[in-house]
Amino acid sequence: MSKIKTSNNQEEVKAVSKKKRSPWVEVWRRLRQNKSAMFGLAIIGLLVFCAIFADLIAPYGIDDQDLRARFITPSRDYLFGTDNFGRDILSRIIYGSRVSLQVGFIAVGISALTGGALGAIAGFYGGRLDNVIMRFVDILLAIPGILLAISIVSALGPGLQNVMIAVGIGSIPSYARIVRASVLSLRDQEFVEAAKAVGANDFRIISKHIIPNSMAPIIVQATLGVAGAILSAAGLSFIGLGIQPPTPEWGSMLSSGRQYLRDYWHIATFPGLAIMITIFALNLLGDGLRDALDPRLKS
Amino acid sequence: MHKYILRRLLMLVPVMLGVTLIVFTMMHFTPGDPAKIMLGESAPEAEVIKLREELGLDDPFLVQFGRYVFNAVQGDIGRSYTTNRPVAIEIMERFPSTLKLAALGVLVSVSLGIPTGIISATRQYSLFDNIAMVAALLGVSMPNFWQGLMLILFFSVQLKWFPSSGFSTPSQMVLPALTLGTSSAAIITRMTRSSMLEVIRQDYIRTARAKGQAESIVINKHALNNALIPIITVIGLQFGYLLGGAVLTESIFSIPGVGRLMVESIKARNFPVVQGGVLFIAITFSFVNLLVDILYAFVDPRIKSQYK
Repeated sequence: MSKIKTSNNQEEVKAVSKKKRSPWVEVWRRLRQNKSAMFGLAIIGLLVFCAIFADLIAPYGIDDQDLRARFITPSRDYLFGTDNFGRDILSRIIYGSRVSLQVGFIAVGISALTGGALGAIAGFYGGRLDNVIMRFVDILLAIPGILLAISIVSALGPGLQNVMIAVGIGSIPSYARIVRASVLSLRDQEFVEAAKAVGANDFRIISKHIIPNSMAPIIVQATLGVAGAILSAAGLSFIGLGIQPPTPEWGSMLSSGRQYLRDYWHIATFPGLAIMITIFALNLLGDGLRDALDPRLKS
Repeated sequence: MHKYILRRLLMLVPVMLGVTLIVFTMMHFTPGDPAKIMLGESAPEAEVIKLREELGLDDPFLVQFGRYVFNAVQGDIGRSYTTNRPVAIEIMERFPSTLKLAALGVLVSVSLGIPTGIISATRQYSLFDNIAMVAALLGVSMPNFWQGLMLILFFSVQLKWFPSSGFSTPSQMVLPALTLGTSSAAIITRMTRSSMLEVIRQDYIRTARAKGQAESIVINKHALNNALIPIITVIGLQFGYLLGGAVLTESIFSIPGVGRLMVESIKARNFPVVQGGVLFIAITFSFVNLLVDILYAFVDPRIKSQYK
């Protein structure tokens, strides 16, 4: 008799655990059904693959100059043609994915961590601290993002690292606002009260209870933010304030192709296409994530 | 309403002070001696020291900042290192082009975005809707500096329809306005669509239809009026984005605007101009935001009653 009861119990436990799947598994299930999001994810996967294995995939070296092969239009030997130094554009675009992804992810890391921390502190403590932080955010918001990035780069000087910092700081305000809003909505919930009751300190409450519960909007914003960061960095490089040649950055490749635009269209066209496809894929994924994380929005 | 506007204008003061402090601090701690930049690297040391004294560059940071703010309130935001003319005048000369460019960009984005968004919403999941949404996503994804070059390649180099530089005749304005406006058009399309979709499902729309109102009036009057608030918000935000984006567009089409002036000044380490440019654009952007908030009152009487 007791044996039967135990097996019944086990079944019950199984049934319960099946019902209580992790919310992330559920999100992934919903995301998988979204064809355009998966398409975006596939492109991003391909880019990451290119960035990691650039040495193996690229048909030519990053800086292989062949002065006899300058300005070659796309052909079998050079799929995307060559530039003014006779460098293979396809190879440089493949290597360029390293730079762009690096800029995108690190810049977003900077802005999400700083902005998120500021927003969480402002929302959690409220009062004067909230006021000070949010007025600071208002000030940053009064300067259009790209302009803020331009002024930071002009102070720090061009270069990969400074571009990441500049672009990262430029989008701190949006994360601060998002995180603050969701912290405000969570602050008085019962599970936070419960954590307080068992004696958890503020840091633990914010990092273990509040942040994980406000991840959804941060993830969406971060995905779209990577796209924005790549665009801003390419824009900075385009006007000569960002990553400097000969680093194969897409924006600066585009910029150097600009002076040959009238005679050799391919030099500026392909790096731009690479940027566009990357941003497009990130936007598809970001939209898909938004729907998957918050199904209410989809209706 | 007047009180509200006045209060908002007063609130602008600390924000502008903050913007000035941030930009001033950044420029202040940038390596490079302004006196040396003005006189040239080969200038004798005695002259450099004399100029430093004249400009008050050896004063403590806060004194320098206070002096800058004091002068700025009176319209003096320093002199250009390269031309020695007042920065305010240099910027004012170029500002009309930038403002015109941004306004044309908004015009392009609104006149493309709102109708497309409305049609997409009224025919959700139709062929038009699907094409419009993919186009909008592509529009958001396209770097505008690249799009500008491609427009030049196609419309100036190949077809020879529009010139590729300058900004004085209407034909010169077409490509820059398109370049600047496309991504905003895409964002406004998406916003209009989702805002309209939400409104169309409301009961009062069903009521309007039930009482036999013509569909065009239902959509253009009942639905659009109520969907406008988030759309106006986005347009206001886009205006700021366009003022920033103008930096790139001006560089592509050689337009003598504030953006191009700033880029050139950064390269020449002409910091007073950079500082003034950022300040100027931030002030413009803040005023546009205020204008947007005032516009709400005209679109939605419920909001007007809150402005006290």
